Amino acid sequence: MDFITWATSPWGQTVPIHIAWYLIWFMAIAGLLFMIVHALYVGIFAAKKTFAKNDSPAVVAAVPERVPRHSLVARAFHWIMAISMFALLITAFLPKVGVKFDWVTYHWIAGLVLTASVLFHIFHASFFLDFWSIWPDKIDLRDAKRRLLRSIGKEAPAPDRFAKYPLENKFYHFVILLSGLAVIFTGVFMMKRVNTLGIFTRNPYLFGDMTWGMMYVLHGLAGVGLIALIMVHVYFGVRPEKLPITKSMIFGYMSRDFYLEEHDPKRWAVEKSSPPKEGYAPSDAD
Amino acid sequence: MAVIRDVMPAFDLLQPSSAADAQKLLQQHGEEAWVMAGGLDSFDWLKDRIKKPKVLVDLSGIDELKGIRATGDGLEIGAMTTVTEIVNHPEIKAKYSVLSDAAELVASPQIRNQGTLGGNVSQDARCWYYRGGWPCYRAGGNICYADTPVGRNREHAIFGANRCVAVHPSDTAPALIALDAKFVIQTPKGERVVDAEDYFLGPEIDITHLNILEPGDLLTAIRIPSTWAGAKFYFEKVRDRNVWDFPLMNVASAMMLNGGNIDRIRIAVSAVAPKPMRLKAVEDAVRGKPADAATGEMAGQLAVQGAVPLQFNAYKIPLMRNLVKRAIGGVQEATWTS
Repeated sequence: MDFITWATSPWGQTVPIHIAWYLIWFMAIAGLLFMIVHALYVGIFAAKKTFAKNDSPAVVAAVPERVPRHSLVARAFHWIMAISMFALLITAFLPKVGVKFDWVTYHWIAGLVLTASVLFHIFHASFFLDFWSIWPDKIDLRDAKRRLLRSIGKEAPAPDRFAKYPLENKFYHFVILLSGLAVIFTGVFMMKRVNTLGIFTRNPYLFGDMTWGMMYVLHGLAGVGLIALIMVHVYFGVRPEKLPITKSMIFGYMSRDFYLEEHDPKRWAVEKSSPPKEGYAPSDAD
Repeated sequence: MAVIRDVMPAFDLLQPSSAADAQKLLQQHGEEAWVMAGGLDSFDWLKDRIKKPKVLVDLSGIDELKGIRATGDGLEIGAMTTVTEIVNHPEIKAKYSVLSDAAELVASPQIRNQGTLGGNVSQDARCWYYRGGWPCYRAGGNICYADTPVGRNREHAIFGANRCVAVHPSDTAPALIALDAKFVIQTPKGERVVDAEDYFLGPEIDITHLNILEPGDLLTAIRIPSTWAGAKFYFEKVRDRNVWDFPLMNVASAMMLNGGNIDRIRIAVSAVAPKPMRLKAVEDAVRGKPADAATGEMAGQLAVQGAVPLQFNAYKIPLMRNLVKRAIGGVQEATWTS
């Protein structure tokens, strides 16, 4: 079973033209299976999370009731990106599974929105947020090992609480970054092949058939990967233990109790003495 | 690539004797089945070894799909009725002559004897890049070879292009749209009746099909309502070779006049877009106006608004303008302009 669809170009070359469309179902089922397995694991087998805690009373007292987590700008980016991503997935894959509608124009417009929002995010995160807060550090890796050992019944010290983002969040961000950049990079070039109301001048000869084919395949692979990734993201977003994080992406803050339970004030400091302005989270700029 | 061989690829030949059996077979074999009516489009594909179905369902033995029957409200034409039968049918000639006129200009006498109405409206695009077996959008690929700076696109679309620029090649389709015909389709869920104009699909909806037939569907008949019986009809086809060719463009109209003014009108053109185009804006604009050269001129100007020519088919804009003009103003009243 080939995961790429091949064709013979007018010059007799065997060239890829796109992914095999069964991968849509494959990734949707993979996403679904992940959710089922994870839900069963958490519900039946997983031990309660335990963290090493040694917060001083002064530190605890300094934590505000509402811990700012995402600024209005960061939240706006997230939801604009989410809407564009859903629009992209719907317009890309529903026609392939038999739901027929005029999808191309909506797809590339959503693609442009995603591109603009991701470019903005890269700029915003690089210069206005704590750029490194989303990347795994040594403590994350050490604690991941500890959590793994403890989950299989081995002796290991309790892990520290998370910094601003749990390690799983950081890995997810990394994978979505790769797949997102892949669809954006290839998608921008693919807009040279369709009518974009004058935004891009059509030039089907920009690349050779092999390069174009690989671009379509990469776009498709990243696209079907995003099906599973988005399914998993939504799943975690609605899981009860993750709801405080989801709510923080809507309202901008999380509760003091949740913060102290899951996050280490030493790794993600929040100052009570500097209350945030409306719609602004100091932790985003620390 | 297209390589014409003496022997077609092997397939199972199924020859049902009833429409119900045919529909069941199509449903059973789904996307692996190829529906063959007169075979004129099918044999090209099969002998070129571009389409390689596992199963071919030959409809030629189904008598109930043949013939023209009077209904309480017009006519019902079986999908397997030959084009020649339509040309010669007295009631069609008397009351719905736009259809017989269109049918008479389909291809050659031999082809009209073998070709069917269902096949004519369901035939595939004639873009030679696609017919040549190149991996274009319509063939499931990711490029249109015709819509490139040097692509040969003289016959292609000036409207409705969406990645693919191939046009619909049917002559009878615009006549059926002008007559407000209904297409009867047997589907796995039962009978479905659609307006003629809704039978055809543009590439924005489905780039690999020209009509709404899904695997398992069978076009069984086309109903012509009496609404337009005896109307003033017009059909004109322009082609490179008048003895036998696909249209560079055609136009079909049906008009009901009231004291020289246009009371009701339906007008459609084909070979300008990936599907036959009903010109609703033109119909709305000319309603109530005299059917003369001035109205035709206005209609022609309106008809071509929004046309986007390719590298080699800008001639289609004045051609369409003039065909619409003549369809409304008449040949004598409306002279050609370039």
